[in-house]
Amino acid sequence: MAEVIVVTSGKGGVGKTTSSAAFATALAQRGKKVVVIDFDVGLRNLDLIMGVERRVVFDIVNVIQGEARLNQALIRDKRVDTLSILPASQTRDKDALTREGVGQIIEELSKDNDYILCDSPAGIEKGALLALYFADQAIVVTNPEVSSVRDSDRILGVLQSKSKRAEDKKSPVKEHLLVTRYDPARVEKGEMLKLDDIREILAIPLLGVIPESESVLKASNTGTPVVMDAESIAGQAYKDAVGRFLGDKVEHRFLEAQKKGLFSRLFGGRAA
Amino acid sequence: MMNWLDFFKARKAEPPASANQAKERLQIVLAHERIGRTREDFLPKLQQEIVAVVARYVAIDPGKVNISLDRGGDMSTLAIEIDLPGPQGERVRHAAAS
Repeated sequence: MAEVIVVTSGKGGVGKTTSSAAFATALAQRGKKVVVIDFDVGLRNLDLIMGVERRVVFDIVNVIQGEARLNQALIRDKRVDTLSILPASQTRDKDALTREGVGQIIEELSKDNDYILCDSPAGIEKGALLALYFADQAIVVTNPEVSSVRDSDRILGVLQSKSKRAEDKKSPVKEHLLVTRYDPARVEKGEMLKLDDIREILAIPLLGVIPESESVLKASNTGTPVVMDAESIAGQAYKDAVGRFLGDKVEHRFLEAQKKGLFSRLFGGRAA
Repeated sequence: MMNWLDFFKARKAEPPASANQAKERLQIVLAHERIGRTREDFLPKLQQEIVAVVARYVAIDPGKVNISLDRGGDMSTLAIEIDLPGPQGERVRHAAAS
């Protein structure tokens, strides 16, 4: 049986898809069989971030409506062979997703995967609710910014009341905090919420802190999950987070501002 | 008057390669999506019809039909791979360019 993990946030633009792609890839690189599902029907983007957009034939809606088989819609990653992607539909709307249909897909994927990652759309509407409904664990992606923290709190409430585990009165969905776009230099200047403040407010276990990094844009430009960039501090931080998720003892890194030398102060240049 | 710092900045003027890749990828994917907006996605039906035609001649397992697509700027490649049953487990590959 696979473990179902939802990557969610409430707020849009905080890095759910980047995190889903990075997390799925790093898990697969650790030898786990992973499938990552895009739940953002109508506005799919996971295919672009994963760099498989040219290979999409069928999508989750085709599978639910019986127009294609699940194994036909799955796109196998060419870089990591234990990783596959189930794209969202770009042309239908969110009503094309049904709870029964998603449930059947997850059940079938459970048979031959270790992890099923559900990349949630923003908001708390149907797509987001379906993405979290079957979750065993949740990665709550949060930026150090007031609206993101508030929306994360809201989505934690939804996880506790509207997930299948909540409805079935089972043990609750295991929650993980993933802080992204963290800029230690701005935190030191007092311009950005501190990690400890976010932890205090949301009060869920911290899985990782991903530093703000130029390499994330570069990764999305090229359709390469950021964990494949060995020099990227964001990629390293995601790998650390995946290690912690799998039970490794890994210290948090990149929490302090990098001391800039005279040269980089003169000529710019930011964190990789 | 030219600032002495401009000398160093000029070297960084060439656009980074990844931005060009982003533009190319977007042009290809959006060209295909814009076509898709004006007419229905024919792939599911095309696949069903091909499988139906093949099934008229051979007893095939519909679960063993693999479709792969590579969308390009000038040309896309659609490959439909159907496992045909037989003593030798023969494999026939139908490939067509669209």
